[in-house]
Amino acid sequence: MLLIYCPYCEEERSELEFRHGGDAHIARPTNIADITDEEFAEFFFLRDNPKGLIFERWRHIHGCGRFFNAARDTVSDKFYASYKAGEPKPDLSAVHPATEKTVETYEATEGTAK
Amino acid sequence: MRKFSVFAVAREALRGHKGWEPQWVSPEPRKEYDVIIVGGGGHGLGAAYYLAKEHGITNVAVIEKGWLGGGNTGRNTTIIRSNYLYDESMDIYEHSLKLWEGLSQELNYNVMYSPRGVMMLSHNIHDRQSFKRHIHANRLHGIDNEWLTPEQAKDFCPPLDISATARYPINGAALQRRGGTARHDAVAWGYARAASDRGVHIIQNCEVKGIRRGPNGEVTGVETSRGFIGAKKIAVSASGHNSVIMSMADVRVPLHSVPLQALVSEPMKPIFPCVVMSNTVHAYISQSDKGELVIGAGTDQYNSYSQTGGLQIITHTLDAICELFPMFRRVKMMRQWGGITDNTPDRSAIQGVTPVPNLFVNCGWGTGGFKATPGSAHLFAHLIAKGEPHKLASGLTLDRFRTGRLIDEAAAAAVAH
Repeated sequence: MLLIYCPYCEEERSELEFRHGGDAHIARPTNIADITDEEFAEFFFLRDNPKGLIFERWRHIHGCGRFFNAARDTVSDKFYASYKAGEPKPDLSAVHPATEKTVETYEATEGTAK
Repeated sequence: MRKFSVFAVAREALRGHKGWEPQWVSPEPRKEYDVIIVGGGGHGLGAAYYLAKEHGITNVAVIEKGWLGGGNTGRNTTIIRSNYLYDESMDIYEHSLKLWEGLSQELNYNVMYSPRGVMMLSHNIHDRQSFKRHIHANRLHGIDNEWLTPEQAKDFCPPLDISATARYPINGAALQRRGGTARHDAVAWGYARAASDRGVHIIQNCEVKGIRRGPNGEVTGVETSRGFIGAKKIAVSASGHNSVIMSMADVRVPLHSVPLQALVSEPMKPIFPCVVMSNTVHAYISQSDKGELVIGAGTDQYNSYSQTGGLQIITHTLDAICELFPMFRRVKMMRQWGGITDNTPDRSAIQGVTPVPNLFVNCGWGTGGFKATPGSAHLFAHLIAKGEPHKLASGLTLDRFRTGRLIDEAAAAAVAH
């Protein structure tokens, strides 16, 4: 289970209090009625699904109820940043390694997964 | 390849089992193949087999990063059923189920398909309405599915608690008698052996690092950890890593990868005669031929490639199992693991052409790919050979997310993910 830092409550809480909200920083087109089917499919369905660093939305649904964004590594499940909605993507090139080593056992992640 | 038979077993018993051969050969890769299949799970190996058998294309390599069946083929709960709601799904899963029925004979390899019945429990009025809708849809499609009263459900699965005071009372169940289980490793090994016998190259411990493209955008081969291997066609069937592989050809697919967990108990004598699922309380259980209870848990809510999953997901499932089957409360769980499932927005698979010439994809089987293995592999081989989908898979195109013709099986999954 993840421990997630809510930037509004300013503390780490159990994953049970949170709801994952998909990719962060996806802007709904302002001219939604005018865009083509391809553009709509891209906006609505296509995702990067990266193996490595992902920027994602979370909602502290059983806490403050607010949406925020986080940066996490999808191999180690380690969080690198947690920031308020509306703030720009943080630059994590200094702290996040290019790739995390694949882990295949529960024991291997206990030390680092938060 | 020497055939397995009762005479072969008897002969080898007399010879001290010294005459058995390797089940498949792992040759050095050629410079170029007609078809490279990325991913050595059941779907990929099966597609290679059907390419060789039904389409006469034998210059084929299956490239696998790890070992055969080490991904989701070896990590699932081995349930087979075809009682889906929509025509497109019923077509493909029923096609698959029919292939399961003859698969051991076809491959001359015992995949231990056991049609012991898949029973889905109904706990409330919504379940009952939903299951009856499924039953009627299935029967109109020629697929067996029937409604059971709680007493009939108890007769079919004696460990079930149907008492009125149960924590999760049961008001009926839907039963597909032809549903059941199979031996997951045997499916990968059986297809690998049969494909290898027809000349397919099976290359393990070889990771695809890139997809090389020609001047017109068409694929020309794959960069791997063992060097470049040329290919006229590339077929991707890499389960949880489909997004990663497809991104090498600059193709975005509507997938998100999440861990799905399963666990097994200590082995016991035969006690559980069928497969039981309950969507409402998320129970999912059968007993393997080794005697372990095989329990399917849920998915984590976030994208991840760690083959682990959160502990709360397992305990949630075990809570439900202990209530439905009080006799299992003192059983010890032995092993737990996770597999990375690739899920589409409509929870139906994608099998079709891509915007890149000669690149084909078989993805999005999500949490239910094992049961589809023979059918998916058979239809994927047709797609690769002919360049267009088989009519049974014609609805599973990547294009449906543009046209809006989604196959919304999200509500039809056996347990919610």
